[in-house]
Amino acid sequence: MSVRAEAMPEVLQDVAPIVLPGHTYESISRAISDVVLERPMPRQWWACLGVGVALLGMLGASTAYLFWMGLGLWGINVPVGWGFAIVNLVWWIGIGHAGTLISAILLVFNQDWRTAINRFAEAMTLFAVMCAGIFPLIHVGRPWVVFFIFPYPNTMALWPQFRSPLLWDVFAISTYFTVSLLFWYTGLIPDLATLRDRAGKKIAKQIYGFFALGWRGSAKHWFRYEMAYLLLGGMSAPLVVSVHTIVSFDFAVSVIPGWHTTIFPPYFVAGAIYSGFAMVLTIMIPARKWFNLYDFITDRHMDNMAKVMLATGLVVLYGYMNELFYAWYSGNDYERFMMYNRAFGPYGWAYWLLLLCNGVAPQFLWIRKWRTNMVLLFIWSIIVNIGMWLERYVIVVTSLARDYLPSSWDHYSPTAFDWMAYVGSIGLFLTMMCLFIRFLPMISIFELRHQQHQVDHGEIA
Amino acid sequence: MAEHAINTEVPKIHGLVAEFDDPEQLLKAAEAAYRAGYRQMDAYSPFPIHGLAEAIGFRKTYIALFTLIGGLTGTVAGFVLQYFATVIHYPYMASGKPFNSWPSYMPITFEVTILFGAFAALGSMLALNGLPQPYHPIFNAKRFERASSDGFFLCIETDDSQYDSGATRDFLQGLNPVEVSEVLD
Repeated sequence: MSVRAEAMPEVLQDVAPIVLPGHTYESISRAISDVVLERPMPRQWWACLGVGVALLGMLGASTAYLFWMGLGLWGINVPVGWGFAIVNLVWWIGIGHAGTLISAILLVFNQDWRTAINRFAEAMTLFAVMCAGIFPLIHVGRPWVVFFIFPYPNTMALWPQFRSPLLWDVFAISTYFTVSLLFWYTGLIPDLATLRDRAGKKIAKQIYGFFALGWRGSAKHWFRYEMAYLLLGGMSAPLVVSVHTIVSFDFAVSVIPGWHTTIFPPYFVAGAIYSGFAMVLTIMIPARKWFNLYDFITDRHMDNMAKVMLATGLVVLYGYMNELFYAWYSGNDYERFMMYNRAFGPYGWAYWLLLLCNGVAPQFLWIRKWRTNMVLLFIWSIIVNIGMWLERYVIVVTSLARDYLPSSWDHYSPTAFDWMAYVGSIGLFLTMMCLFIRFLPMISIFELRHQQHQVDHGEIA
Repeated sequence: MAEHAINTEVPKIHGLVAEFDDPEQLLKAAEAAYRAGYRQMDAYSPFPIHGLAEAIGFRKTYIALFTLIGGLTGTVAGFVLQYFATVIHYPYMASGKPFNSWPSYMPITFEVTILFGAFAALGSMLALNGLPQPYHPIFNAKRFERASSDGFFLCIETDDSQYDSGATRDFLQGLNPVEVSEVLD
């Protein structure tokens, strides 16, 4: 089903190839496994790990103090009970979506260029979901009884509220994490066998060997493996759509003005993919440079990711326009006030900045030179990350701060502890990414070999 | 004494293994071996080669069926959990909704379906493949560490009814391999 090289339309032929010429199966295995087994980590890696661990320490210390003192250290108040915690939860979950999209949806649609980036993006998914998970854990206020959210037989004979989107979220996010982990590990098994066979040190051989489960590359095993991998991809594809749909239900099922709309599920899913691809670019552009992976992650990959970002960015912009239109068309005073308040109220700066980041900035990605200039693309990916964070900030804060009754309005402003939790979660993410790059192959080696086989036979280019 | 008895035992042979340079040769060799009537054999490659499993006579896998069963089990489990909790075990009225508010139970039912299905897919793949299996005689083959990088191997096992150490070796030699060697069990 792959596109044959000669059948490719002319417009695609002048973009970079999917892999630079001159590679063999052995040179691919060596190039990727040497990053883990042989080459010392570059200075930039140590710098990232250092920053990551420092921020992680800040997260730990500030959270410990927060548990001691209570949630009053955060800026949340009575109308704005959600604040940064939910903004960050939705932001991180959204970022996670790119990994599953690349690994599952592009797998099902036979998009060959996913091969070089899927492992990296899947790892990013797992770590982003971990970062997301800490926020509800802290936000419940009493994390030592957080198991109350799970349905388990208990002496109080109580069950969680199955009719509530917040409980759907618990199931969606925990399933998402588990299935992403299974999918990621399944993809890793043959590569762990490669590391086992190439590792010099006995301890490395034993650890990789343990996790490789005795994989030996038997034709029968590959046959079942490919079937299982495709099925996991096929199940992850609707899963990833369902997860952000359910996250959007947290808002859409409520009756708050600005939240109670049917556009939320598709617009949240598009936003998730948009921010996820931005984060993949943010970490892949430097990683490709520092580990010299230009042979496998070519400008084609960057160009394609930028295109996906542009397309989903347009869907997000459509969502913003839709919100404006429906606020007016509904004829509902509260909806109209909500929209006016968003643009010209106390948080208006965030709304206009968000339109700049998510509405105006992506339009530059129509220009190919912009998409293949790595410095610009890196800056643009940061802009999109900020824009998507602001989007969640605007949705959560403006609607809650001023709902139906003016007597219950209040202003929300984050405190230092809000910022420490947010920036600290970025530290957790950085630390996990650094450890992943150090100990596991960041590109799927067996899929690159398979891709090389297809390239050698002119099936893809 | 028992220890001496082990030492004097003749080492058992797992089979004859032929190493090939590239996937096409391995595929041709596997097809030739199947045509020659060999059935107890396996091919080893560093990436999936389409048609290789079929070439050695392996066509059917039940993973899709197991995954379907796993997924449907999840559907039932997810729904029954919610139905039991809200209708049978502790029914109480929330926002005037019926006890069995089945539309609200769909998201969790869906998530549990996927969760069980994913475990079934990975679990049945590992179970049918007999993994984890830390030891396998094929690891004794010469240069087999290359099977996870750029080595392509075909092994005809001694269990095969047609196996004959001389004739099978000659047959494999005729397939243009890099080398043919015996693998101890």
